[in-house]
Amino acid sequence: MNAINIFESMDYGPSPESTTDADQWLENRGRKFGHYIAGQYRQSTKPKYFTTCNPATGEELAQIASGTKGDVDRAVDAAIKAQRKWHRIGGYQRAKYLYAIARGIQKHARLLAVLETMDNGKPIRETRDIDIPLVARHFYFHAGLAQLGDTELPDRIPHGVCGQIVPWNFPLLMLAWKVAPAIAMGNTVVLKPSEHTPISALFFAEILSEVNLPTGVVNVVTGDGITGEHIVKHADIHKIAFTGSTAIGKRIRHLTAEDNKSLTLELGGKSPFIVCSDADLDSAVEGIVDAIWLNQGEVCCAGSRLLVQESIADTFLARVRKRMDNLRVGSPLDKSTDIGSIISRKQRNHISEMVALGKEEKGIVYQPQLPLPPNGFFYPPTLVSGLTPSSVLMREEIFGPVLVSMTFRTYREAINLANNSKYGLAASVWSENINMALEIAHELQCGVVWINSTNTFDAAAGFGGYKESGFGREGGWEGIDYYTKPKPSKSPVQAKAKSKGGVVHEKKIPESLIDQTPKLYIGGRKVRPDGGYSLKVLNPQGDIVGTVGKGNRKDIRNAVEAAGSASSWKHSSAYNRAQILYFLAENLAMRETEFVRRIELQTMCDSRDALREVRASIESLFYFASWADKFEGKIHKVAAKKTVMALNEPLGIVGVVCPNQYPLWGFVTMMASLVSMGNRCVVIPSEASPLSSTDFTQILDTSDVPAGVVNLITGNHDDLLKTLVEHEDIEAIWFAGCSTHNAMVNELSVGNLKRIWLLENNLNCWYDKNSSYYKEFLKHSVEIKNIWIPFGE
Amino acid sequence: MAKLKKNHIIETQSPAGFNPTNIDSRELTQNKLIPIKAQNPGIELDHGLIGEIQANPTAIIHRTTTLKNRRSVKSHWQTAWLLKAITLMDLTTLAGDDTSGRVTRLATKAQNPVSMEILQMLKVEELNLQVGAVCVYHEMIAPALDALKGSSIPVAAVSTGFPAGLTPFDLRLAEIRESISRGAREIDVVISRRHVLTENWEELYNEIKLFKEACNPAKLKVILATGELAILRNIGKASMVAMMAGADFIKTSTGKEPINATLPASLVMVRAIRSYFQLTGNRVGFKPAGGISKAKESLQYLMLIKEELGTEWLTPGLFRFGASSLLNDIERQLEHQATGRYSTSYRHPQG
Repeated sequence: MNAINIFESMDYGPSPESTTDADQWLENRGRKFGHYIAGQYRQSTKPKYFTTCNPATGEELAQIASGTKGDVDRAVDAAIKAQRKWHRIGGYQRAKYLYAIARGIQKHARLLAVLETMDNGKPIRETRDIDIPLVARHFYFHAGLAQLGDTELPDRIPHGVCGQIVPWNFPLLMLAWKVAPAIAMGNTVVLKPSEHTPISALFFAEILSEVNLPTGVVNVVTGDGITGEHIVKHADIHKIAFTGSTAIGKRIRHLTAEDNKSLTLELGGKSPFIVCSDADLDSAVEGIVDAIWLNQGEVCCAGSRLLVQESIADTFLARVRKRMDNLRVGSPLDKSTDIGSIISRKQRNHISEMVALGKEEKGIVYQPQLPLPPNGFFYPPTLVSGLTPSSVLMREEIFGPVLVSMTFRTYREAINLANNSKYGLAASVWSENINMALEIAHELQCGVVWINSTNTFDAAAGFGGYKESGFGREGGWEGIDYYTKPKPSKSPVQAKAKSKGGVVHEKKIPESLIDQTPKLYIGGRKVRPDGGYSLKVLNPQGDIVGTVGKGNRKDIRNAVEAAGSASSWKHSSAYNRAQILYFLAENLAMRETEFVRRIELQTMCDSRDALREVRASIESLFYFASWADKFEGKIHKVAAKKTVMALNEPLGIVGVVCPNQYPLWGFVTMMASLVSMGNRCVVIPSEASPLSSTDFTQILDTSDVPAGVVNLITGNHDDLLKTLVEHEDIEAIWFAGCSTHNAMVNELSVGNLKRIWLLENNLNCWYDKNSSYYKEFLKHSVEIKNIWIPFGE
Repeated sequence: MAKLKKNHIIETQSPAGFNPTNIDSRELTQNKLIPIKAQNPGIELDHGLIGEIQANPTAIIHRTTTLKNRRSVKSHWQTAWLLKAITLMDLTTLAGDDTSGRVTRLATKAQNPVSMEILQMLKVEELNLQVGAVCVYHEMIAPALDALKGSSIPVAAVSTGFPAGLTPFDLRLAEIRESISRGAREIDVVISRRHVLTENWEELYNEIKLFKEACNPAKLKVILATGELAILRNIGKASMVAMMAGADFIKTSTGKEPINATLPASLVMVRAIRSYFQLTGNRVGFKPAGGISKAKESLQYLMLIKEELGTEWLTPGLFRFGASSLLNDIERQLEHQATGRYSTSYRHPQG
C-alpha cells in the first residue's frame, strides 16, 4: 500500500495499539496467577487453573486459579483481620490510600487499557477514553467521601466484610464501582472478577501492593460461579454486591434469604431510547451509536429498545441504517475500531439466536455489509425494526450489538411503552422541548434518565435500577448508603416486656355496651373479609378483647388493586401530603384517651406506657409531615454543562407488616413515612393487637386521606404473608413481623425482586429517638432517580 | 437537522428541475451513479424545512470531541491524508497590506506547495501536487492570475463588502461581477448576519439568490460567519437557506470574526449539506476557514467529512480549507514522515 493509492481511496489504514508492554507484564508473571489474599498472590494447596483468552483472537492470555471454598475462607479471614483497624484509622487516612490508588490507576492507565481490551475484546478507544479514566475518577471521588464520611455521616458504620462479584463487560470499572465505596467507608473486601476477564483485577491488586494498602483490606479470589457461590454463602460476609444478569441476581437473593446479608444488585435492562419528532435527529442517531454500539452492546444500561415517534420513523431509521454502514467492526486493538469482539462463542450464539427469532417475529433485520475478522467472536451491528410490544426481542435482554425498534404516536404512549417492561435500569430521551423531556423523565420507571445524551457516567452521580434491574445505587452520596448501616443505639432500649396479666388497672374505663365490628379497610371503605370469618383478639391473659376480620388472599388482591387505583397520590403535592399528615395527627390527638385505652386493653400495659405510645404516634405523624416537603434530592456535580438531578421518588405500592410490639405506633410510623413520600400501602396490622390499627381507619376517614392510599387487612400473618410478598404489583415490603419469617420474606420476594426492609430492632431504636434512624425510614420510602440534563445553546 | 418526511432526490441534470422521486436514501448513497453537478441550482425557499432544523449543542460537541478519538491515521495513511489536505486548501491572504509581491509569492507556493525533495522521498512526485485555489481580495486578482499563468489553479476572490457585508447592496452585486470579469473563478461572499439573527429567512434567501445570479459562471461560496450567528441552530438554518438559494459551497468564517471555524459549527453545516443532498441530490461543498493551522486539526476535519458526508466529498470540488499557515505545519509533518526526524519551519520555502 503506497501513499498514492491511499491518496485516491482515502482509507483509514491500520492503527494498532502496541501490546508489547502488556505481553511483557503477563510474561513476567509466567502467565499464571493465584489469588490475591492478605496482600500476596497465593496458590491453593491443590491449585486448579482455568484459561482466560483474548476473545478477538482466541489466543490464550493466562492461566488463572480457580477459587475453592478454602480460598474464599482464607480471603474472608484476611478481610476480617484487617477490617477493624481499617475502619479505626479514620476517614482521612483511608482517603490517602484511595487517592494513592487513583494515582496508581493513572500511572498505569495505558497498560491497564491494553490489558482490558485484550481480555475483554472491547475497542481500545473505550478502555482508553472511557473505562480507565472513569476508574480513576471513581477512586478520587471516594477518597473524598472517605474523608468527609467521618463528619458528614457520623451515625453510620461499615458493614464489615463485603463480598463483591463483578461482570465481564466493564471488568475494572465495575470493580472500581464496588471496591471504592466499600473501602472508603471502612469495609474490607473479597472480590471475584468474572472468569472471562480476571486480568485487570489482578493488575489492580498489584497497584494495591504498590501503594502499601494494609494487607487484607482488598482480596481478589478468581473463579467462576461456583467460587461466587462460596462468597455469597459465607457466613462472615455481611454485604453482597453483585453486578450481572437478573437470573444470577435472583439466585443470589435466594441464596442470601436465610442469613439476611445486605444486598446490592445491579442487573439487566432493556432500556428505552425515546426519539420524539422534535429531536435533533442526527444527534439522536449518534446517541444510538453510543447507546447500543458501545462495548458491542454488552452493557446493562444499553439503549437497546428504540421507541421512535411514528411521524419521523421512516426517515429516522433510514439515517440509523446509513450510520451503521459507517461503523467499523474489527480488531479491538485498532484505534479506528468502533465495535470489537463479543466476549465468547456462547454469547455470540445467543445473539444470533435472538436475531433469528426477531426474523421469525416478522422484524425487519438490517445488518450492514461490513467485513468481519476471520477469528474471534465478532457480530455485526444489527437493527431489527417493525416490532411490537409483544415481540420477545422488545422484552428480553440480548446483550449484544442489536437494536430493536418500534414506533409510538404520542409522548404519553412513549412513556407507557417504555414502562411496559420488567426492567427499569436506564432510559434516554431525545427532544428539544424541555417541558416534554422532563415530563417523560419523571414518568419513566428507571434509575437513570439521560436527556439528549446517553451512557454517560460519573462517580458523583448514582447508578442503579428500578424493578427487576436490581436495587441499591453505586456512585454519589447515595451509593455509600449501601456500604454503611446505622450505628446501633448506644443504649439500646430493649422492648419492654409487656405485663403478662395480673396487673390491676385502677382507672379502667367501662366498656361500651354497643358491639364493635372492625372490618378490613380497602379503597377507603370498610369492608367485610372475603372469606366471612373473624378472628378473636386476645389480651396476654387470654381474655377476648375484640374480634377482627380474617383476611385472605383475595382481600390482599383487592387491597393492592385499590392501592393501584390511587396512583395519583404520587403526583400529589408534598404540601398536600404534609397537610394530610398533620390533620391525621390532629384527629388522633382528639381521640387520645380512646386509643390509650385500646392499647391498654390489648396489651395490658401500664397506662403511662400506652399514653406514651399514642403521643409518640402523634409525634411520628408530625415528624413525617415535616419531612414530606423537605426530604429533597440532590444536584450532583458532574461534568461542566451537565446537571444531574437526583430525585427521591416513591416506590409505588408497599406491603407493610406491623410488629406485635407498639400496635399503634408501629403502624402509624411506617405508614406515615411511606405516605409522606407519595407511596401507597397495603398494611397487615399487628397480629396480636390489631385493634389500634382498625380504630385508626376512622382517623383516616376523617383526615382527607384519598381512598386506596392506605389499606388494612387484618388476619393471621401466616395466611397473608405469602400472597402479599409474592404480589408482583407490590414494589417493596417493610416487614416488622416475627423475625422467624425473615428468610421466607426474602425468599418470596425473588419473583419481581422487591426491595425488602426487615425492620427488626430498628423500631426500638427509633422509638428511643435515636436520630440516626429517623432518615432510615425516609430512605427506605424512596427510590433515587438520576436525571442527566445537559444544557447550553 | 432537517427531517425529511420523504427522501426526495433529484436525478435530472437540468439545473432548474426539481423532480422528487421516492428512492430510499440508502440506495442513493450506495449506488454512485448520480453525477456530481458542477453547480447547485438551488430550490425554492422552504420555510417548513427550515423550521424543523434542530441542533442540540451538547450532543454536537460530544460528537465532535469523541470523533477525534474514534479514528486514527498512521504512517503511509497519514502521509496520503496530509497530501490530500494540501490539494483541498484555498491558500489565502486577506490582509490590508497585501501587495503584488506578497500575492506572487503565495501563488507561486500554491503551485509548489511541498519541496520536490520531500515529495521524492515520499515517492509521490507523480501526484503533481497543487492547492485547491488561491484566495485574495479583489485588487489582488490580477497579480495572482499573473503568477498562476499556465496553472489550473483557480483564483477565488472574497466579495460583497467582505468581511462585514454592510456596503450598499448594488455595490456588493457589482463587486461580484467586477471580480468575475477580472478572472476570478470562485467568489466567496459574506451574508448579512442580521437576517439570521432576526430570522428573516426570506431576506437572506433573496440576498444569496441575487449573489448567485451575479456570480454566474463562477462558483458561489457563501460565508456564514458562524462566530456571529450566536447559536448552532441558526448555523443549521442559515446553511439550509444558503443552499436553497444556490450556494455551491458553504463556508464557516471570514477569518475576521472572534471565533472562526470550529468542529461543532462545521458538524452542523455538513449535516445540513447531507440533508440538502438527500432532499435534492445536489452536492454542496464545505469550507471551514480561519484558525485551522495544525496538520492534526486538518486530519480531524477530513475525518469529520469522511464520516458525515462520505469519501466522495474529499475532493477540491466539494471541500476546501481556508488557510494560510496550515501548509507550513503540514510540510513539517510530511518531512517527518519522510525522514523520521521532527522538522522545523525554516526548512520549508515560505509562501
